[in-house]
Amino acid sequence: MNDTANGNFELPGKPADITDPVISLEGLSMRYPGTTVPAVDDLTLNFARGEITVLVGPSGCGKSTTLRLINRIIEPTGGRIIFDGEDVTSVNPDQLRRNIGYVIQKVGLFPHRTIGENVATVPRLLGWKKPDINARVDELLDLVGLDPTIYRDRYPKELSGGQAQRVGVARALGADPPVMLMDEPFGAIDPITRDRLQNEFLRLQSELHKSIIFVTHDIDEAIKMGDRIVILKERSQIAQYDTPQRILAHPIDDFVDDFLGSGSTLKGLNFERVRDVTLAHYPTMGPDTSIEDALIAIDASPEKWLVLVDQNDRPVRWLQRRDLLRANTPADLPSLGRPVRATVEPQATLRDALEEMIQSSHGTLLVVDGRGRYQGCLDIETITGVIHRMQAEAREFYQNLTGEVPVVK
Amino acid sequence: MSLRFGASNVVVPRRRYARPKTKRARNGDNMNLLFASLAEGVGSWWRYVTVLHFDDVRQHTLEHASLVLQSVIIATVLAVALGVLAHRVKVLRAPLLGIASIFLTIPSLALFTLFIPLVGLGTAPARIALVMYALLPIMRNTVAGLEGVDGAIAESARGVGMSKAAVLTRIELPLAWPVISTGVRVSILLTSGIAAIATLVGGGGLGEFIKKGLSAYPLGYSVEQVWTGTVLVMVLALVFDAIFGIIRHFTTSPGIRKR
Repeated sequence: MNDTANGNFELPGKPADITDPVISLEGLSMRYPGTTVPAVDDLTLNFARGEITVLVGPSGCGKSTTLRLINRIIEPTGGRIIFDGEDVTSVNPDQLRRNIGYVIQKVGLFPHRTIGENVATVPRLLGWKKPDINARVDELLDLVGLDPTIYRDRYPKELSGGQAQRVGVARALGADPPVMLMDEPFGAIDPITRDRLQNEFLRLQSELHKSIIFVTHDIDEAIKMGDRIVILKERSQIAQYDTPQRILAHPIDDFVDDFLGSGSTLKGLNFERVRDVTLAHYPTMGPDTSIEDALIAIDASPEKWLVLVDQNDRPVRWLQRRDLLRANTPADLPSLGRPVRATVEPQATLRDALEEMIQSSHGTLLVVDGRGRYQGCLDIETITGVIHRMQAEAREFYQNLTGEVPVVK
Repeated sequence: MSLRFGASNVVVPRRRYARPKTKRARNGDNMNLLFASLAEGVGSWWRYVTVLHFDDVRQHTLEHASLVLQSVIIATVLAVALGVLAHRVKVLRAPLLGIASIFLTIPSLALFTLFIPLVGLGTAPARIALVMYALLPIMRNTVAGLEGVDGAIAESARGVGMSKAAVLTRIELPLAWPVISTGVRVSILLTSGIAAIATLVGGGGLGEFIKKGLSAYPLGYSVEQVWTGTVLVMVLALVFDAIFGIIRHFTTSPGIRKR
């Protein structure tokens, strides 16, 4: 890639569409005492309201430090933090933190307090009344999928890792803070539980619409969780800040490309669903269609194949012209041609569809709805077309932003 | 051949042993003799404690108990405060623990008398000496207990908006308490024994019996007196230990209790 193009790249910290950031960092710096190289160097970054922004980067890039600077667990040595339009760089950090939920990888539940007391921490600090606190605790435990009647009076030592992190999230949500900071919250949890917690958390977020800043070193988690991703390199310098789709379609430089690793195009297909692409249509014949009509249909179509559907409109066989000619009556057709094996539903992602194609070694998939009824066809050319479109769109987007033509990889 | 146990001499008629006996028989006789003497001695001692001097026993036991209790309470407050300081200000850690260690090496007899010029005779110099002895185990365990608190717990406490003072009093100290209280326990046992010296500076306590017994030896009831002081000090220490064990159980959150 062209290095000057990257050096001049002004957009990263300020994607044009974040007009009302919940948190802005302005020239934020942090240098640990006794070191010469700052951990965070002049970082300017806006965080969108109501979205999950993921800070991701290799170990030691300063992403966790950046997160701790935002709620001032670590005090910055330079720059400003703007929270809801207000400079909070020097307000009382304890007051500030009660409005910012904080979840860390090691959870840090208070082992000498019951789960209910843990969740009640922030409401208690804010001096809520006891009945209000109790109601809130039950509500929060319910929200994170733990039965309050079972878990309220237990102690953290009785919880599994996944349950503990649910309580950690509930505690962070204590007084309904508008902002949550999460430092690798699912990092220490086994892959299966992690996947479930991630999904539950996304479901929760779709109801709560918190502004979340999420730190991880796992690019796949970033792609899954993030509405936007900030890829950081050493000293917390922004390499690329964009939606996961666009980052995958157009890694801005070699660093980002390396960090995304192989298969970024495939990962990008996770964001496109079958229902959003234009399906191809093959001629169909039902059980009541005469063979003559079917021959007329296949001759009129540019396709060489025809789909036989049953009385419920469910695809049964792929038929060619010669299969139609060999059949004496329509009743013979289900034993001719080729069976329909690979089907996909409209809500599946293109990644799933591609997987299905590879597994069935068919270049064409039949798209069926939830009840198995024929909707259309998806072929490999459609998918490659989508990939090209995504890449072209992202390239054009960056072209417009920089006024330069990025080198096409 | 006589085990001297105060005024009650065990007089054994020599005649019974006129005829020479086998070695085994002789041993048996000696054992009988020992048991007889012991029984006689314990009986005499019991009489001394319960009948002859019960008021003294009660008074000195209470003095002793109060001395130990006061010293340990003062030492706990001081040592926890100093332990927190040593934990928070790393530079102070080594000096503070070092000084407290030196206290333990001062001969107790000397330490009790060192403060007489400053505070006079009585319980005051005794209390100061005992506090100094009790400091180290509690302080050291406070530092160890605070260091044992998982950093993630303290960080998340800060992260939800607890002040530094609240993190200390509501999170760190309660979590360190099982370790701190072990130190308090050691200090209770330590000071219970050493408090017997208080009598030499006019501080009273169960040491009175030992001192009187020693100075009266071998006159009547002198051995009983020494035993009175010794046994009651031990009993008192064990009683304190048991009571404190119960207190400790109920002041430790079930979430971090070992059993």
